[in-house]
Amino acid sequence: MIAVATDPMVPQPFRIHKTKPENADTFTFELAPVNGAKRSAFQPGQFNMLYVYGVGEVAISISGDPANPNTLVHTTRAVGTVTKRMKKLKGGAVLGVRGPFGTYWPLKEAEGNDILIVTGGIGLAPLRPALYYVLANRTQYGRVVLLYGARTPGDILYRRELESWRGKLDLEVHVTVDRATGTWRGNVGVVTSLINRAPFDPENTVALVCGPEVMMQFTMQELEKKGVPADHVFLSMERNMKCALGFCGHCQWGPKFVCRDGPVFRYDLVEDLLTRRGI
Amino acid sequence: MFVLRHARLDDLLDALKRRGFTLVGPVVRDGAIVYDVIASSSDLPIGYTHQQDAGSYHLIEAHDGAFFGYTVGPHSWKQYLNPPRTRLWKAKGSANGFEIVQENANVPRYAFIGVRACELNAIAILDRVFLQGSAVDFEYRRRREHAFILAVDCTRPGGTCFCASMNAGPQARSGFDLALTEVFDNGEHYFTVVCGSERGDEVLGELCLEEASEPERQAAKHSIEEAGRHMGRKMETAGLAELLASRVEHPHWEVVAKRCLTCGNCTLVCPTCFCSNVEDVTDLAGAFAERWRTWDSCFTLDYSYIHGGNVRKTAVSRYRQWLTHKLSSWHSQFEMSGCVGCGRCITWCPVGIDLTEEVRVLRDGATAVTIGTEKGVPDAKH
Amino acid sequence: MQNIDQILADHPFMKGLDAFHIAQLAEMASTATFSASQYIFRSGDFADRCYLLRQGHVAVEIFDARRGPIIVETIGEPNVIGWSWLVEPYNWCFDARAVELTRAVVLDAAQLRNACENDHRFGFEILKRFTQVFAQRLHAARFQLLDVYGANG
Repeated sequence: MIAVATDPMVPQPFRIHKTKPENADTFTFELAPVNGAKRSAFQPGQFNMLYVYGVGEVAISISGDPANPNTLVHTTRAVGTVTKRMKKLKGGAVLGVRGPFGTYWPLKEAEGNDILIVTGGIGLAPLRPALYYVLANRTQYGRVVLLYGARTPGDILYRRELESWRGKLDLEVHVTVDRATGTWRGNVGVVTSLINRAPFDPENTVALVCGPEVMMQFTMQELEKKGVPADHVFLSMERNMKCALGFCGHCQWGPKFVCRDGPVFRYDLVEDLLTRRGI
Repeated sequence: MFVLRHARLDDLLDALKRRGFTLVGPVVRDGAIVYDVIASSSDLPIGYTHQQDAGSYHLIEAHDGAFFGYTVGPHSWKQYLNPPRTRLWKAKGSANGFEIVQENANVPRYAFIGVRACELNAIAILDRVFLQGSAVDFEYRRRREHAFILAVDCTRPGGTCFCASMNAGPQARSGFDLALTEVFDNGEHYFTVVCGSERGDEVLGELCLEEASEPERQAAKHSIEEAGRHMGRKMETAGLAELLASRVEHPHWEVVAKRCLTCGNCTLVCPTCFCSNVEDVTDLAGAFAERWRTWDSCFTLDYSYIHGGNVRKTAVSRYRQWLTHKLSSWHSQFEMSGCVGCGRCITWCPVGIDLTEEVRVLRDGATAVTIGTEKGVPDAKH
Repeated sequence: MQNIDQILADHPFMKGLDAFHIAQLAEMASTATFSASQYIFRSGDFADRCYLLRQGHVAVEIFDARRGPIIVETIGEPNVIGWSWLVEPYNWCFDARAVELTRAVVLDAAQLRNACENDHRFGFEILKRFTQVFAQRLHAARFQLLDVYGANG
């Protein structure tokens, strides 16, 4: 009999220690293993499969600090059966966790470059670990710019953290919303409009992009116009995932398995896939 | 090479049974030759064959006394190695959580009787997918590691067979414990036997077979060679993977999609299609939960669902996904083709879509758009 | 204090324009400063100017009787505000309001149109630059319409 614990299809129980609503449909959990076992480290950009007892499993990117792998942080948007049920869970409840899975943002390789992060909506979640890492290793990078687009001011994720980052002299943060509401005094418009104004050296920049596919397509066009080489641009993809191991086939994107060859891809290697429909 | 007289086939099967194997082999059922548990050679489709063409299958009584006079029916060995429904795990609910319940599920030790060369290749492909990647599939391994494989060479290829094109038959070359060739020669009916593993060797040792004579060897060789020359279908595979990657926008996809019912039959009968879904079930009280894995098909809409919609909404995109995965992107993913030329997808397609025919048309370039150019080699014709 | 020729020559919007045409533009240019919340122009008014932003942000708004001013887009330096001077009958289509202290070079629209008419090569250079602005704004507006972060995003 092979020990069940080593079967990659079997989830490990994690307890929710902290819950935090981010906006109307998005929430953040902090989790720790029930059996107290040490978590294996993760790389910024990787994801876990989260299982809600009796309901199902979903792929959710990791949003916490890679320097602190013992607390697992996930920011999730309640849009499907599993995530809606997950949103109702309270501190103390147990989730199943499998992972971490997938490729990650090439932060080590990006040293010596400017870092340009372009993200929208829930796409900020898989990039937060990258920001933590870059800020912890700040001297290794040139300029660091975060461009973030949200639907309305009320939808902005990690708002207090963004505000504190914006206060830093060595990190440039620009936030824009599609629809201004209330007392919003910031930018209104699409995130790509911020690219033109952002200070970075196109030829020595590594761009990390995550958001809805349309947003990423427009971002790629803008980055190309600015002269950022396609092999310096990385994006994170989403596809249906059932196993995260390359066994279920669902996440295929052309010849790629998003779970295994992604979710982070170098743009020049998937350029044809991103614009082609029904692949 | 040894020789086994046809009357002694049961000696071989009995030797396997004595070793604790559950025999699974071809039987006649529901008007087709399918795989099921067998007790002895008398359960085999003796004297039966079948006639296959695009969208058609007929069981025929040949009255020739052959044990393996057919090719392949709708079943393949994947239903034993990667069953249509498998429970991945069970969990027990508790006041504030759950725990995974370990269990020692009994997986039979199968001996597969009558595995064709194309199917050996299909099993090798499944091994590559489930055992030789970055992760190992435990459920597959549990079934695969003990399986005894008794291969049988094809001497009468079927109407939709093209294993010769795919370099996957008709002769069993590797991946078996024992391989037989059924020979009718000058009124004699016997099997030549080749050993492919230590386990096979041990079984053979028990049977005390005599060495095959030179004429017997020649007769076996001749039967297989004849089979190779009479394939019902053909597929040109040179440069095919790269070529199909450049045919994303070919007008022929629309033509096939008009016929395709997106029923998924081809994926169910394909011996290498491995895609699966998972189902989470609970009892009403929530005291127990289970996770089941079920076969899935890239022809369903749900297969590509992500929040906001389905990625492959049209029959064009789904048929294209299936064909290009099988013959093109499979190479990028697993360094091999996903097709073994068994012809099942052609026979069992309710509207008779013929993979070999579609490939022939797609080879004639039209609008060429290359995808996945990472390793991409542009179409040689352009 | 920079002279206006230099400011124009340095502005990314005029990049690549020859010295003669820069000097010509300088003839019709002045500078302006707007404090936070100050309107730069209002919808319906005659579009007799155009603004090259040098500092600050401008909100492009539509006024709705019930909801008040709705910000459609914010535009920051080194962008351009105002293209209605180029489209007959030369009336502003939106309100433009400084979000913060905003400084701009102001070009006189009547003189600019005349200069373009009289020298088509110059006119085409100007038109190409404004066409970029139209294209960007149209592109952004369509993208914004998609509501990519919304319920279906």
